[in-house]
Amino acid sequence: MDTTPEHADLLLHYQVEQFYNHEAELLDARQFATWLDLLTEDIRYWMPVTINKEYGKWDGEYTREGKDLNWFDEGKFELAQRVRQIETGLHWAEEPVSRTSHMFSNLQVTNEGPELSTRCRFIIYRNRGETETDLFVGKRNDVLHRNDNSFKIAAREIFLDQSVLLAKNLTLFF
Amino acid sequence: MRKDRTRQYTGGLVNINKGVISREIFAAEEVYEDELERIFPRSWLFVGHESQIPENGDYILGRMAEESVILNRDRNGKLHVFLNNCRHRGMRVCRYDKGNTRKFMCPFHAWVFSDQGKLIGVPKMETGYHNELDKSEWGLIEARVYSYRGFIFACWDNETPELEEYLGDLRFYFDDYCELPDGSYGDWEAFGGIFKWRVPCNWKFGAENFGGDYYHNPSHASVDQVVLSPAGVKGRHTYDAVTRERELWKLNVLTKEGHNARGELFKEVYEYVPTYQEMAIVEDYFRDCYGKRQKKLGDKSRWYGHGGTIFPNVSYSNGVQSMGSWHPCGPHETEIWRIFLAPKDAPNEVKDVLRHYVIRYQGPSGLTEQDDMENWGSAHEGSRGTIARRYDYNYGMGMGYEQRAWPAEWLGGDIYASEDVSEQNQRAYYARWARMMDAPPGSDIQPVLVEAAE
Repeated sequence: MDTTPEHADLLLHYQVEQFYNHEAELLDARQFATWLDLLTEDIRYWMPVTINKEYGKWDGEYTREGKDLNWFDEGKFELAQRVRQIETGLHWAEEPVSRTSHMFSNLQVTNEGPELSTRCRFIIYRNRGETETDLFVGKRNDVLHRNDNSFKIAAREIFLDQSVLLAKNLTLFF
Repeated sequence: MRKDRTRQYTGGLVNINKGVISREIFAAEEVYEDELERIFPRSWLFVGHESQIPENGDYILGRMAEESVILNRDRNGKLHVFLNNCRHRGMRVCRYDKGNTRKFMCPFHAWVFSDQGKLIGVPKMETGYHNELDKSEWGLIEARVYSYRGFIFACWDNETPELEEYLGDLRFYFDDYCELPDGSYGDWEAFGGIFKWRVPCNWKFGAENFGGDYYHNPSHASVDQVVLSPAGVKGRHTYDAVTRERELWKLNVLTKEGHNARGELFKEVYEYVPTYQEMAIVEDYFRDCYGKRQKKLGDKSRWYGHGGTIFPNVSYSNGVQSMGSWHPCGPHETEIWRIFLAPKDAPNEVKDVLRHYVIRYQGPSGLTEQDDMENWGSAHEGSRGTIARRYDYNYGMGMGYEQRAWPAEWLGGDIYASEDVSEQNQRAYYARWARMMDAPPGSDIQPVLVEAAE
C-alpha cells in the first residue's frame, strides 16, 4: 500500500500519542527516575507565572523565561534533583506521596524534520492523604527529538490556567 | 471558640509569662474578625517595591489584609496606595495586575478616578445628580504611604506612628537587609512577576516561622541531602559554605515592638570564602563586594543577616532578597505573595544565579518551602479539633535566657538576643499581637507598640 502524506502524519501522531501515554504512565506510577530518561540532557523546562492583562496586550501575560520569576525555569540537573528529593523519603510535602492522574488531549503534532513540535492541553488530578485535592489544567508545548523508534523531550513550556496558584505546592511534574 | 473562655488576649489566649499560647488564635473565627479590625488597619503593611513601578503612571495591584489595593506612581512621580474599590458600588476600579495609566474607570457605572485618586468623571452628573454631587468628597480611599529605601509600606490609620518609629530597633536589621552586597545603599530591582499562591493555614504560621524558627531544621532534611546551596558543598543556604567551621553566634533577635531578625554574628572578621567557584563572573562580583563591605562597615560587617518578620505580616529574607507577605483569607487560608530582588547594577550572570537559586528555594516550587508549607498546613489542621483546642501550644523554649544588647551593643540597645534555637522571637511577636488585640476600635485603650516600662 502506498503511504500518502496523510498516512505518514497519522502514523506520527499515533507514535507521539503513544509516547505521551507512556510518559503519563511513568509519572503516575512514580517512576520518576525512568521518566528523566525521556528528557534530553539539555532540556528546558519552563512554567511561567500568569498575569492578568488588558485584552489584546498579551505580551506581558506570562513572565519571561530566563529573566523573570517563573514557577519552573530549569534543566535536567534541577529536575533530577527534585526526583532525588522525593526519593529521600524525607520530603514531607510528598511523604506520603501524592496520587496523580496525568491526562492530555487536543494533541497537535508538527513535523519539522529532525524535530517535532507538539501542542496539547493537560489535566492533572492530584490527591494526597485524605482530602487534599488539586486540579491542574493548562497548555503544554513541547519540542521532541527523534530517538531510535521513539522520542526525547528537548523543551517543555507549561502554561497553567491560574494567576494565583490555587495549590499549596508544585511538587509534581507536568 | 469555647464560651467559657473570655477573649482576653494578653495573659489569656496569649500567656507569654508561662510561655503558652492558645490554639484558638489560629482557628477561631472571632479571633480572626478581631484581627481584621485591630491588627491590619493599624499596622504598616508592605505593598511593593519602587522598582515594580519605575515610570510615572505605572501601577501594580497589591493587597492589604483581605482587600485589593492599587500601588501607583502618579503623573508627577508621587506614590499612592488606594483601596481598589469604587466609592459608588465597590467594584474594582483596576482589574489588571499591572500597567500604566492616568485614570481608573469603574466598569459598573463608569465613575472615573485620576491617578491621584480624585473623582474626575461621573456620568449623568446633570440629569441624574442634578449637579449636586460634590466630587471632591468621593475620591478613592487612600492610605498613608512611605517608601523606606525603596520598599513601600502603607497604613490606613492616622494614629499609627511613622514607619521609622514603627520599625524601632529593627531598623539596624532592615537597613542591613536594604544594603547591597557591598554594604552601600543603592538600587535593588525586583524580578518581573509576583508569586501568589494559597496555603491552607492561618496567616500567622508563616509569619512566625520566618521570624526565627531555627528549631525546625529536621523538616528540611531532604533538601539538605540533595544540596541546594550554590556553593555545592552542603546544605541549602547561600551561606552554608561561609559559616562552615567559623566561630560565630547564630542569633535570634527580638525588638520590643515585636519585629524580629535572624542571623549570624561572626566572632571575628572572617576571611572571604568562595561560594560561586564554578562561575568566575559571579565569584568575582561577590569577592569584590565582600571587600568593599568589610571596608565600609568595619566591625559591623561581622553581622550576617538571614531575615526576619516585620509585624504583622511581611517577612524579609537576606542573601537572595525576598519580601513575602502573609495575606489572610479567613482564619484557615493564607495567600502568600512573594517578590525577589537583585542588585540593579550587578552583572546579568549574577542576577541569573540569584534568580535561579531563589525560585528553587522559596515558593510553591521551592525545594525548601514546600516542606515548610507542609508544616504550616498540618499545624493549622492540628489547631482546629475540639479536643485539641483545649490544649495550649508551648512557646517556652529559651525563656529567661534572652540577653539584652548582646553579644555586641551596636546590635541595638533594646534588642534581646538568644543563641541557636529559642522561641523568644515568637513570644515577642505574639505579645505585640495580643497588646493590639486587647484594644478594640473606639475604646479608650490605645494599641501600643511596646509594653509600658515595669
